[in-house]
Amino acid sequence: MSKTLIIAEHDGSNLNPSTAKCASCAAAIGQDFDILVMGSSVNAIAEQAAAIDGAAGVTVVDAENLANPLAVNHAAEVVALAESYSHILGPSTTYGRDLMPRIAALLGVNQVSDISTVEGSHHFTRPIYAGNAIVDVHAPENVTVVATVRVASWKAAGNSGSAAIETRSASAPASANTRYVGLEAGGGERPDLQSAPRVVSAGRAMASEENFEMVYELADLIGAGVGASRAAVDAGYCPNDMQVGQTGKIIAPDLYIAFGISGAIQHITGIKDAGTIVAVNKDADAPIFEVADIGLVADLFTVIPEMKQLLS
Amino acid sequence: MKILVGIKRVIDYNVRIRVKSDASGVETDGVKMSINPFDEIALEEALRIREAGLAEEVIVVSLGGNECQQQLRTGLAMGADRAIQVDTAEDLQPLTIARTFLKVIEKEQPGLVLLGKQAIDGDNSQTAQMLAALWDRPQATFVSQMNMSGESVTVVREVDAGLETIEVDLPAVISVDLRLNEPRFVKLPDIMKAKRKPLEVIALDELGVAPENNLEVSKYSPPPVRAKGILVEDTAQLVTELKTRGLV
Ligand SMILES: Cc1cc2nc3c(=O)[nH]c(=O)nc-3n(C[C@H](O)[C@H](O)[C@H](O)COP(=O)(O)OP(=O)(O)OC[C@H]3O[C@@H](n4cnc5c(N)ncnc54)[C@H](O)[C@@H]3O)c2cc1C
Ligand SMILES: Nc1ncnc2c1ncn2[C@@H]1O[C@H](COP(=O)(O)O)[C@@H](O)[C@H]1O
Repeated sequence: MSKTLIIAEHDGSNLNPSTAKCASCAAAIGQDFDILVMGSSVNAIAEQAAAIDGAAGVTVVDAENLANPLAVNHAAEVVALAESYSHILGPSTTYGRDLMPRIAALLGVNQVSDISTVEGSHHFTRPIYAGNAIVDVHAPENVTVVATVRVASWKAAGNSGSAAIETRSASAPASANTRYVGLEAGGGERPDLQSAPRVVSAGRAMASEENFEMVYELADLIGAGVGASRAAVDAGYCPNDMQVGQTGKIIAPDLYIAFGISGAIQHITGIKDAGTIVAVNKDADAPIFEVADIGLVADLFTVIPEMKQLLS
Repeated sequence: MKILVGIKRVIDYNVRIRVKSDASGVETDGVKMSINPFDEIALEEALRIREAGLAEEVIVVSLGGNECQQQLRTGLAMGADRAIQVDTAEDLQPLTIARTFLKVIEKEQPGLVLLGKQAIDGDNSQTAQMLAALWDRPQATFVSQMNMSGESVTVVREVDAGLETIEVDLPAVISVDLRLNEPRFVKLPDIMKAKRKPLEVIALDELGVAPENNLEVSKYSPPPVRAKGILVEDTAQLVTELKTRGLV
């Protein structure tokens, strides 16, 4: 049977935008798709999933041990449903990257990581070497395709659907040897980096946590999310969940403004799909200018206050 | 307790990657090769655990041709006790690599396996999760802090929403992130010493692993290039440009 299953991601109260992006990838594969929502008391989330355009059905597995996103527990439930599906898709977020390879191994298949385009039901393209090369990958047709969807490459599907919701009981007991302790959220109230249409980002040049305040203020003025380079995170100027790049978040906002970021390949790979890249750097030779649509060679400590003034 | 550390030989992270003109791969001729940066961090952590008296032996393992002995020797110079090269001419995919690690685990019975969160060539980020599933032991991925306490380890994971803490019983498979530690530099005398440390070579088929369900790569392409941008003179011009384009 040729049908696709999408693993929904949520935080207990809201569906993550990555799920609607996976739906667009599933639509490109061209088969019917269902969405699986795992968690505890997730009726409201199931309804959000049911509204995603094109969804044929939503399956809910509701159990206390699924409340936290532990891959060991979630993978067991997906594997229990796998038989009915030719394709199983999850997002390329940390949730999906933790979970999906586990499912692939339990099903005895290799995983296609980070699908950026669909060329056929078993033919995809994906980036490797931090986006410095693109490969055409063909998955074997006689086994399940398990894949992560590179969320920055896909637009979210609409939400005017009304799929039927079916609830199932959990089929596996909770793992005893892996225990969830807690989550310390970093970002706060600003727009989510991975879905924000505008992102303001800064690097090592900020020189302190205090200086980062002006970046937040500018971001708030234009309703932007805030990102950072690895150097800024490593130096403790901002929390880790703000890191953009190969080891941080891969994002595709309409507008990305980089202040004092040199433009190392590991950073650039995280912003390649942005609509417009703006770079402000005092070094005219900084590699970030090679990818910038609009560049300004200047001191960010002058530019940011001026921008704040002109935009407020 | 023994700790097993996976070491992959990859193109150095500073090298500018070029796709070959016949689309068959990326240029590797005369290109600098190194230990995958995440694996260096995994090894550093293993060494610190041993130095804290919580492990007796650190074993570095690499799957590849003879050339990966170079990276294993660097691992020995950093302080690993011995090395295993699983010899194969093939470019193995994560499922096969995980199955191979499982065979090595059966032989060595480690209490902890430390891998990188991803290899920076294929950017797959699969091997640790697959190994944990096949071994039926806990997995902790993208780890930026570790605290060993007897039979279990408490880890902090870098996830999209912030920092997640979980506790896993040993043995476990842990994949490490960049902020876990700063790897030490190798000193010259250590390189000399490393030459005398044991490096065992096992052929892949001796372990009874056959590559299966492989993905086929038909073509390598360079990424699309962005159109050339413009330079503006000052902040006022920048803001005007953003407004004209309807971006703010
Ligand atoms: C395996 C691996 C993975 C990595 N993953 C990531 C990743 O995910 N994300 C990431 O960002 N990095 C990543 N890195 C690190 C990356 O290689 C760079 O070291 C990092 O991006 C540099 O950050 P930066 O641009 O802030 O700092 P720097 O390279 O130090 O650049 C600072 C820039 O600020 C400019 N500047 C200084 N003062 C001012 C001023 N007053 N006004 C204007 N401009 C100023 C300078 O001209 C310079 O260009 C990774 C590295 C490795 C090895
Ligand atoms: N050929 C290999 N030899 C040794 N370790 C490997 C090899 N391939 C992958 N690994 C380990 O698995 C991690 C994740 O790799 P990957 O799943 O390919 O992104 C790497 O950081 C290594 O620790």
